[in-house]
Amino acid sequence: MSVLIFVETAEGKAKPSSLEAVGYGAKVAEMLGTTATALVLGDAQELEKLGNYGASKVLHVADSRLNTGIIQAYSNVIAQAVEKENASVLVLAKSSLGDAVAARVAGRLKAGLASNVVELPNLSNGFVVKRSIYTGKAFANTMISTEKKILAIKKNIYSVTPSSNTASVEAFAPTLNDSDFVAKITNTEKATGTISLPEANIVVSGGRGLKGPENWGIVEELAKVLGAATGCSKPVSDLHWRPHHEHVGQTGVKVSPNLYIAIGISGAIQHLAGVNSSKCIVVINSDPEAPFFQAADYGIVGDAFQVVPKIIEAAKKM
Amino acid sequence: MKILVCITHVPDTTTKIKFTPDGSKLDTTGVQFVIGPYDDYALSRAVELKEQFGATLTVLNVGTAETEPSIRKALALGCDDAIRIDAEPTDAFFVAEQIAHICKQNNYDLVLMGRESIDFNGGQVHGIVGELLGIPSFSPVMKLDIEGNIAKMAREIEGGKEYLEAPLPLVLGCQEPIAEWKIPNMRGIMSAKSKPLQVIAPANPQELTKSLSFELPPPKGACKMIPAEEAEKLIELLKTEAKVL
Ligand SMILES: Cc1cc2nc3c(=O)[nH]c(=O)nc-3n(C[C@H](O)[C@H](O)[C@H](O)COP(=O)(O)OP(=O)(O)OC[C@H]3O[C@@H](n4cnc5c(N)ncnc54)[C@H](O)[C@@H]3O)c2cc1C
Repeated sequence: MSVLIFVETAEGKAKPSSLEAVGYGAKVAEMLGTTATALVLGDAQELEKLGNYGASKVLHVADSRLNTGIIQAYSNVIAQAVEKENASVLVLAKSSLGDAVAARVAGRLKAGLASNVVELPNLSNGFVVKRSIYTGKAFANTMISTEKKILAIKKNIYSVTPSSNTASVEAFAPTLNDSDFVAKITNTEKATGTISLPEANIVVSGGRGLKGPENWGIVEELAKVLGAATGCSKPVSDLHWRPHHEHVGQTGVKVSPNLYIAIGISGAIQHLAGVNSSKCIVVINSDPEAPFFQAADYGIVGDAFQVVPKIIEAAKKM
Repeated sequence: MKILVCITHVPDTTTKIKFTPDGSKLDTTGVQFVIGPYDDYALSRAVELKEQFGATLTVLNVGTAETEPSIRKALALGCDDAIRIDAEPTDAFFVAEQIAHICKQNNYDLVLMGRESIDFNGGQVHGIVGELLGIPSFSPVMKLDIEGNIAKMAREIEGGKEYLEAPLPLVLGCQEPIAEWKIPNMRGIMSAKSKPLQVIAPANPQELTKSLSFELPPPKGACKMIPAEEAEKLIELLKTEAKVL
């Protein structure tokens, strides 16, 4: 028995959300009285350092065909790693790749899958996990009854303090079929040099109150001084003021950062659905009646074009 | 071309979620149910593809009789016929197995659905169906064009898009802006009443997960207001009081 954690990489390095998953998986392993193995696909560096987060072993599939996240191939490899390690639990961080892959692995292994998991499992009576449902508006306590279990965890739900432990690294050569590669990725467009929205610890978002894309300078500058990612409301991306991948909410990206700053966003229930698991919410809006204030920890009633520059100045002095 | 579109019947996005006092199920008093918004995108694109290629379009829902208004709406939008698997859709694997079972009898070229249902947000069904049928699945797909036997797609990834090509058949989890939501017209609504809706008992029912109880997040504390003239104080409060900087 063991716990297997699928670690996603970006430019050969483990993503922060995956490091959190390793820490979470190591804790689950400890609760089950077993060890945690991390699985890394494609070219990657500093694998032994996954030990800092609690993995005792790292399985590495150094096949360059896996440098891009081909959903079917990844699912096949992960399912084989689960079998090889005789893993009873597979843990991964939610992401556009992780979600798609987790579902296929669940189908292949006939393993019960819980997504949006927000806490460590409760093992006092079976295997029960708390997961976020109704787009962050509620939680379900869900029992997984299969022998093999898959947990897709939400970001920012488990904190790990890295140790100086290192993990042993073992090469793994799963069987890959041509049929795993029938889908071809023809091109990838990715914003470079900016912080990824789902991975960010701080998010600065703008809404229709900013009046036009030419006014996004203050949002970007505040994000830059705080080391934050930028987000927006749905109308803003519908109007093409900002790219679609910045759209936060019910039908967009769901974020759970430590700090979410909303500027000129009214706080419609569909927008709140994407941000309600943030640890701290700041709302800046000229309308004191804006519903967002009811969901906020700190609020400023005022004109964004006067308020935000003052905050930028204060943040620069920090 | 044969297309299957799978829809969920879920509380409208404006719903204030409440549970029964014992926390065992959703309190549906006053709740309006709709086709899931992501499924609505899948359905809209399916209707466009039907028009473009003269495809046949079937809508499927796993649900009890209460979901029939949503199924009729899908028929009014242009689906040719409907299948309802008569069961509560409580577990993703169970739902996926029902869909896969229908697919095996009908050989669809495309199986479209939303990226996730907005009640349980699992985002699992398309992937499990793909695996059970042994065909590729992709999600979240935000652009879809068919050229011959090849689907050309864009999938949203963190901070951007991935462009993909894959041969049919495929299972896709869809999201905006794959198509604009459509509104049924009078003729559609009238013709929907006479379109065939088959009700089928679930095949091989088995659940891998079970939700035991539900709860709401703890109420949010009061919002601390900072006067606009002292906006700069926010940074100090975030640092020392909220400790998030
Ligand atoms: C099915 C469905 C799904 C949806 N999904 C999403 C979703 O995922 N994400 C999402 O965001 N929305 C979503 N929506 C839309 C949502 O209902 C709202 O329409 C939207 O969030 C409003 O965006 P906004 O706050 O930017 O604009 P508005 O509601 O127009 O609000 C603008 C705000 O800016 C303030 N303002 C104006 N001028 C200033 C100024 N100078 N300084 C400071 N403040 C100012 C105003 O007081 C106002 O509160 C969805 C809707 C539906 C029906």
